[in-house]
Amino acid sequence: MALDNTGQRVFKVVGTRPPRPDGVDKVTGRALYGADMSAPGMLVAHILRSPHAHAEIVSIDTSAAEALQGVKAVVTAADFTPQEDEYLDDILVNCLARDKVLYDGHAVAAVAATSADVAKAALKLIKVEYRKLPHVTDVDAAMRPDAPIVQSGRSLETVPEGMSENVTSHCEFGHGDLEAGFAKADLIIERSFTTAATHQGYIEPHACLATMGADGKGDLWCCTQGQYNVRSICADLLGIEASQLRVTASEIGGGFGGKTTVFIEPVALALSRKSGRPVKIVMSRSEVFLATGPTVSSSTDVKIGMTKDGRITAGQAHLRYSGGAFPCGTVDMGAQAAFAAYDLEAVQTLGWNALTNRPKEAAYRAPGAPQAIYAVESVVDELCQQLGLDPLEVRLKNAARKGTKSSYGPTFDDIGLMATLEAAKAHPHYSAPLGENQGRGLSAGFWFNFGGNTCVTLNVNTDGTVGITEGNPDIGGSRAAISQMAAEELGIPYDKIRTIVADTSSLGHNDVTDGSRVTFSVGLATIKAARDAISKMCSRAAQIWGIDEEAVVWEDGAACPAGPNAGKFPPMTLAEIAAVSFNTGGPIAGHYEFNADGAGVSFGVHLVDVEVDRETGGTKVLRYTVFQDAGKAVHPSYVEGQMQGGAVQGIGWALNEEYIYGEDGRLQNPGFLDYRIPVASDLPKIDTVILEIPNPGHPYGVRGVGETPIVPPLAALSNAVSRAIGKRLHSLPMSPPRILKALSEA
Amino acid sequence: MRFVRPETLEEAATLLGQESGVTRIISGGTDVMVQMRSGLVAPDLVVDLKHLTGLRSITPEAGGFRIGAAVSGAQLGEHEGVCALWPGVVEGVQLIGSTQVQGRATMVGNLCNGSPAADAVPGLVAADATVRIMGPNGSRDCPVAEIPAGPGRTTLGKGEFVTSVFLPARPERSGDAYLRFTPRTEMDIAVAAAAVSLTVDAKGVVTAARVALGAVAPTVMLVPEAAAAIIGTTLDDAAQAALAAAASAACNPIDDKRGTIEFRTRVAGVLARRAALIALARAGGQN
Repeated sequence: MALDNTGQRVFKVVGTRPPRPDGVDKVTGRALYGADMSAPGMLVAHILRSPHAHAEIVSIDTSAAEALQGVKAVVTAADFTPQEDEYLDDILVNCLARDKVLYDGHAVAAVAATSADVAKAALKLIKVEYRKLPHVTDVDAAMRPDAPIVQSGRSLETVPEGMSENVTSHCEFGHGDLEAGFAKADLIIERSFTTAATHQGYIEPHACLATMGADGKGDLWCCTQGQYNVRSICADLLGIEASQLRVTASEIGGGFGGKTTVFIEPVALALSRKSGRPVKIVMSRSEVFLATGPTVSSSTDVKIGMTKDGRITAGQAHLRYSGGAFPCGTVDMGAQAAFAAYDLEAVQTLGWNALTNRPKEAAYRAPGAPQAIYAVESVVDELCQQLGLDPLEVRLKNAARKGTKSSYGPTFDDIGLMATLEAAKAHPHYSAPLGENQGRGLSAGFWFNFGGNTCVTLNVNTDGTVGITEGNPDIGGSRAAISQMAAEELGIPYDKIRTIVADTSSLGHNDVTDGSRVTFSVGLATIKAARDAISKMCSRAAQIWGIDEEAVVWEDGAACPAGPNAGKFPPMTLAEIAAVSFNTGGPIAGHYEFNADGAGVSFGVHLVDVEVDRETGGTKVLRYTVFQDAGKAVHPSYVEGQMQGGAVQGIGWALNEEYIYGEDGRLQNPGFLDYRIPVASDLPKIDTVILEIPNPGHPYGVRGVGETPIVPPLAALSNAVSRAIGKRLHSLPMSPPRILKALSEA
Repeated sequence: MRFVRPETLEEAATLLGQESGVTRIISGGTDVMVQMRSGLVAPDLVVDLKHLTGLRSITPEAGGFRIGAAVSGAQLGEHEGVCALWPGVVEGVQLIGSTQVQGRATMVGNLCNGSPAADAVPGLVAADATVRIMGPNGSRDCPVAEIPAGPGRTTLGKGEFVTSVFLPARPERSGDAYLRFTPRTEMDIAVAAAAVSLTVDAKGVVTAARVALGAVAPTVMLVPEAAAAIIGTTLDDAAQAALAAAASAACNPIDDKRGTIEFRTRVAGVLARRAALIALARAGGQN
């Protein structure tokens, strides 16, 4: 759907900052999250987890647990039917291990009991005989031919021969003559980088309440980014029809991509089916770290050639990602995104995914892009340092723009990278003086954005208010943005609209809240649903006035005769049409469903100043500014919130966050004390500059904004630290011991 | 699990002395409750002390202060007398947990939890503070430095518990300070820590000093060699270097997820030097 009246539309509601409709519930504690729901006769379930990184399950004896007073059901992998579809079977095996445990914390069995104490006591009575197997947690080690094999027979045909069976997939992107490109360079730099696996770190642990009766009908309440996805996976894994399972999404205390799959939901349903009672599961924080998705760990080689005046002549990246113990396609996205910010004649990216004895990767905000772009933007920065060039000028000189054939194939339409770089250049931050031991880092970032299957219903109530039913959990203020877009179209005040998130039985399928898709896709469907309702309201007015439908137009929230020839009638407002709707043909509703396309890519540029304590290796973030193209910021506060939140998560990733494994392959830091996400006092105010280069694929020009902001911080911080201490680190996180070690090696 | 609120210290000592199972004493509960929730400990008997007379008071005594075992970090931080006399002790206590935790956490709990990284302890050791201990055999006093026995362990006997801390009077021109290194600015645990208490004469020469280190050995430890390195100096550059070297030399840390041996050893020296300079400034001296 194309942009309306390019650049001319004057918005009344879109672009303002009304309070979010869920705000009062959330600050008063009235909002219901995953763990807040209970049911009469409810059981509590706990999960037994592997103490080994890799082991064969020789036997599981649950008889003593089942005999314990108060235990109502025990399930293991044996209670589920293996799935033919590998994607589904991987999810199932991740929920409950079959034959082998593949990582420390892998679920093995679950017990539902009348109390948490009984359930925990029962876990201790389950006898699991393990035969320990050699393990591997490092991606480079896992790719060696002699590495312990995590899973056999999972390699795709694309994988070159001679590699370890752990290598499951290979991809390649690019264009042009690399050799010729490097030959034109005055300086070529080739470096290797690693990034640690990091967790999304949402504050709300996974939680659900499952009810499944003897009649085969089920209800599931859970904390998720996509109730329809939960429904289809759970229905498949339990062997029931989708219509028989209703999934309701709770309020969500953060997701960042990590709540786009299932971990406990099928287990709770199976326990409920077996016990005939409602079953609740709430994960602990350590379970969240051990067994829910972190992002990939990565190891990347980047080679870039540049002329003395700063033109990039060729770029190449080899990316090795591990999404844990199961095949994972995230490296494909990294390989596509790596050089997306550049207009290049010659570019090539190769990617491999390898299995390791780590938890199954789950999406994390722009999955795969931060790791790849960290490596590329670090080498670009080092080239600038060695050639004595301004890093912003070099990016301007090489920036992708409209008409650029992107490094991953498509040719870009209107994009905002140049404008974003120009805004950064003009900002006082870029030229502010720096003190001793301080450095300024810069990085560009990119994300594809996504559309997808979407369905919206808009109901016009007889009192002149409007209810919107949409199917995507609100993780970033989307109910506010959707209400704003409906208010804009309908010409009624924002507070006359209430937007609710439907359960799976109340509305057609909606894809998961991911890919920065909701404000774009659901917004677009809302606009179309509003236009559908408007056409019906115009028709009712025409009927009342006795004129042709085509002779009625919608202006400022009211039906009006299209012109003098249509007849002279005073405008009929939405409220007036709605009030008499029962006499003019019945209730009025608009509806729209589609598979959205045209999401429009998004670019951002981050600037950061740091100061490094040379005696302790501690890094203090002094100043941070995010520049990003939002297309059209529907609710600027929530766009800024996304930009700030992404920057903060990226700062944590760059400086301290990491999955730390011991030699035994067990996770050393499954808790917020030793998995260090930044706290408020670690951060300066994150300043934001929103650019609005309209997306040609949306009537208001909206682009997704949620993911791009986590992409640039890794390189921005690394470049800043490098300039502050005069040495470059090639591994994240740049924790104080690593920085101090680098300084002592000077 | 039994939860008991005894009427007197003697009753508490008897209860604890006679219990055959696992016991825990609770005042603020900021360690015990977390350990119970995470399954680290399942006590048979929990004895609550915070309501007992005197346990939540701060009382002037012999030019110093006696601080009840159940005095919270927040309460201590609002006491002008203690803050003026022993600012380094107070700043250590106030680094425990978060603002919310400060409303309940106590420095005695921090001491008796036995963590080598306890933020309240290096300052108390540097201050040469003593604790008063109640037990089945009555009351006794003991230097704070002698309480920690190893990670999670203390030298307290069966049925014994701390009822108060005594922070002594100090000469004119004295100052103390505590510094820790954490990757985060708060809500974190010390990777290395140092407390310094010192006194200078009218010429600014250090006449007495105590240096204590945290998180670099199985217990918080007093490092007399580090103190000796600055006594008789004005904390000039050479003395600072000698202090840092002596502090680093005393370290016996572990290599773990929080920091390497090399990192902890170096940073402990840096912190000792920086803490000494703050203590010196508080004492009114100049380096």
